[in-house]
Amino acid sequence: MSVETTPASATALEPSLPEGGRGDLVRRLVMTLGPILAALVIAGCILLAVGVNPLTYYGFVIERGLLSPLGVQQTLTRMAPLLFLAAGLIVAFRAGMWNLGGDGQFLLGAVSAAAAGPFLVQFLPVWLALVCAFLLATAVAMLWSLLPALLRAYQGVNEIITTLMMTFLGTSLANVLVKLAFLDPSTTVPQTRTLPVEDRLPRLFDTTISSGLVLGLVAIVAVHLMMTRTAFGLKLQVVGANPRAAVHSGLGVPTLTIAVFAISAGLAGLAGAVDILGVQGNVRADWNPAYAMAVIPMVFLARMNGFAAIGFVFLLSVLSIGGESAARRLGVPHHFTLVLVSIVLIMLAVAEYIDHHFIKTRRV
Amino acid sequence: MTNASSSQAGGKPEIVTLERVTKRFPGIVANNAVDLSIRAGEVHVLLGENGAGKSTLIGMLSGLQQPSEGRILVDGVPTPITSPRQALALGIGTVFQHMMLVPTLTVAENLLLGGPWWQRPKSEELATRVAEISRTLGITVNLHAKVSDLSLGEQQQVEILRALLRNSRLLILDESTSMLTPKGIDDLGALMRRLVEQGLAIVFITHKLKEAAAFGDRISVLKLGRKVGEISPQRLRARSENEIIVEIVELMFGRKENDPEEQDRVARAFPVETTPLLEVRDLAVPATATAPGLASISFDIRPGELLGIAGIDGNGQKQLAEALAGQLATSGGMVRLAGESLNGLGVGERREKGLRYLTDDRLGEGTVGTFPVSINFFLKQIGTSPFWRKGVEQRQEIDRRAGELVREYDVRTPSIKTPIGRLSGGNIQKILIARELAEGVKAVVFNKPTYGLDLANTLATRQRVREVAARGMAVLLISTDLEELLSMCDRIAVMSGGALVGTVENSGDARTKVGRLMIGLAA
Repeated sequence: MSVETTPASATALEPSLPEGGRGDLVRRLVMTLGPILAALVIAGCILLAVGVNPLTYYGFVIERGLLSPLGVQQTLTRMAPLLFLAAGLIVAFRAGMWNLGGDGQFLLGAVSAAAAGPFLVQFLPVWLALVCAFLLATAVAMLWSLLPALLRAYQGVNEIITTLMMTFLGTSLANVLVKLAFLDPSTTVPQTRTLPVEDRLPRLFDTTISSGLVLGLVAIVAVHLMMTRTAFGLKLQVVGANPRAAVHSGLGVPTLTIAVFAISAGLAGLAGAVDILGVQGNVRADWNPAYAMAVIPMVFLARMNGFAAIGFVFLLSVLSIGGESAARRLGVPHHFTLVLVSIVLIMLAVAEYIDHHFIKTRRV
Repeated sequence: MTNASSSQAGGKPEIVTLERVTKRFPGIVANNAVDLSIRAGEVHVLLGENGAGKSTLIGMLSGLQQPSEGRILVDGVPTPITSPRQALALGIGTVFQHMMLVPTLTVAENLLLGGPWWQRPKSEELATRVAEISRTLGITVNLHAKVSDLSLGEQQQVEILRALLRNSRLLILDESTSMLTPKGIDDLGALMRRLVEQGLAIVFITHKLKEAAAFGDRISVLKLGRKVGEISPQRLRARSENEIIVEIVELMFGRKENDPEEQDRVARAFPVETTPLLEVRDLAVPATATAPGLASISFDIRPGELLGIAGIDGNGQKQLAEALAGQLATSGGMVRLAGESLNGLGVGERREKGLRYLTDDRLGEGTVGTFPVSINFFLKQIGTSPFWRKGVEQRQEIDRRAGELVREYDVRTPSIKTPIGRLSGGNIQKILIARELAEGVKAVVFNKPTYGLDLANTLATRQRVREVAARGMAVLLISTDLEELLSMCDRIAVMSGGALVGTVENSGDARTKVGRLMIGLAA
């Protein structure tokens, strides 16, 4: 899909989709998978140009990210924060609000959880301490989105700019908090105090997969159902697809705007908390995985559909876990994953254009 | 070529001639067999309300659109104008309603845009030519000023200058006065006069009668895509401005020939003591930069009564409708429905109480085009039972009721799942009417309900409106179509400059009285 700021075309309601029946489904599959294959070929050419055999690279990625037992467990664990972020972005994008401040909200949530978790487990039962840490992370992230939300709701200030600016501030603030407020005095590494492994989110069965994965899946399915099956979700979609119709229909657009920002940022904060309380255990200074920015393309690829987003988040997870490992062995920068994702996006826009053109000429 | 004789008849050479030009869009005839001759040395005013087909006509002259039928002659030779570039090459320059200058560049840079990319901009040549043109026209243009620092009137001069630099022989000014101050309008009038004296032809589009009468050498009146009359220069010279305005009003609002509903309706008698269902007292809305305000609007509508609001478009009708619906904040006054004050209530609460508003902007705010028909039926009821229970959508219930409404209101749609944006205007209007007449309706504001519809849908819509009144609701019918109001309403109020200038019982000489009120004379 073309990345444009008017979301009207992107947010057709679910019931309107299956109209074309089977042929339409096939077309959509081709339209989604075709660009990905094309992108793999182009990325392969780039790898060739830097002297790496693309087949070896893709082989490593698949082997490490998908096939090896340890790799696939890492992949599934990595999905947890990405799913929360995707859920938050789906709410915002479907409502026509471009919350690009996910990284700042994520980090502030992470730092809040990292500060509260190890502190609270000292007096509270572990489950209650974790719940409190989650709630605190959500609240802090929500608070961080309040300024862009108010500016957009009452002054019409473009939220793309304000949320991006707030993300820079948020990243720095998170750093400051780690280095000044919540610094662990017992280590020389600048980081917060570490949540003991046994107090973290339980692992699933006998694997190393964090149960955060389950929470993430629940979150994204819940968001999907909320957007497609409830009155609240429909109201948000009306605001997103035609704000003037929302006013005409008597919806309280400013209130809904603030709610959208709160939900979106809250989920980003939860993403941070789930990564800390499930996997990392602490926040190191200058840590910023920039997950939110990487998830945005996935949400677009999924056309803001929650179930499709699960699939694409899995793909991103495989690419990033496998890519990190392949990078170490082949000397390709591990940011190459992002290069691959962006080529996919460009190919997708090209496919969209060709499809559109094709439909137009067919009608004529 | 047969037009040699017609060009002699007018005395001045025709630059562009339209012969029986028709332009169709799906479901709409925007221009219907329009004949027009544009002559050198004349300001030809195209007068008509929004939707009369002025913009489409300009689109065809400036190469943006192609006529469906008929032909355009340039200098007597049939010439298809296939692109804006070709229109410029033929000497047809257009100054659009909204400014088309780059605000961050200087005047000179703007004027140099569009030259061949491989050449150095010819700044010196530009300066001499601009100096020459502005001397003959008596305007001053500072080439080094930034466009964003210029007033709208000055920007317009730059646009006109640009058209002249490209050797335009025909200058089209599209609603050019809509953004100007009264002084700017007078200046523009004087500038147009000097331009035609130099032999240019000007097409001046407006919906303001006074400007048409003041600036025009020849006036063509468009109405619903048809040219309904032309006032020649001889006639214009022979009459006073007020007489001309009266004549234009006659053309714009006069009786249509073979109207299928041609019958003046006799006002029904309502006992004076009947309690009004909808009472409005001293409603006021502050004016904004782009829209007129409202001042002390007062009226009553009794149960079953149809009150019409007549007036030339843009005199506050939309503001009145939005203020009643709660979409526009008021600065004073009172609205009472069935004895209950609606002051301070929002859009949703007013609807809940039974005051409904059928918007005239069906696609812009009435519907969400990408949503299916079924959801659009209930856009104003999101979250209410039985379609939502505890906030959860009851799709079966929605689909069942939507299916019923589709049959009841005779909506022609492939399916209730079809995105509403794909339907024709008439079918979208049926859906909106069904939505506003949903349970609990007491009073309805219809804003231009038949605007842009074809005849069959127009008649069906009017029938719906009458039925609403017959069921004992209060109906406020806003329309710019005087025939419509005369054939339907019990009383007609006339709106001008954001105020009600008079109310007329719809009987006998109502047409004359309303017409006089509309042009500012006492009834």
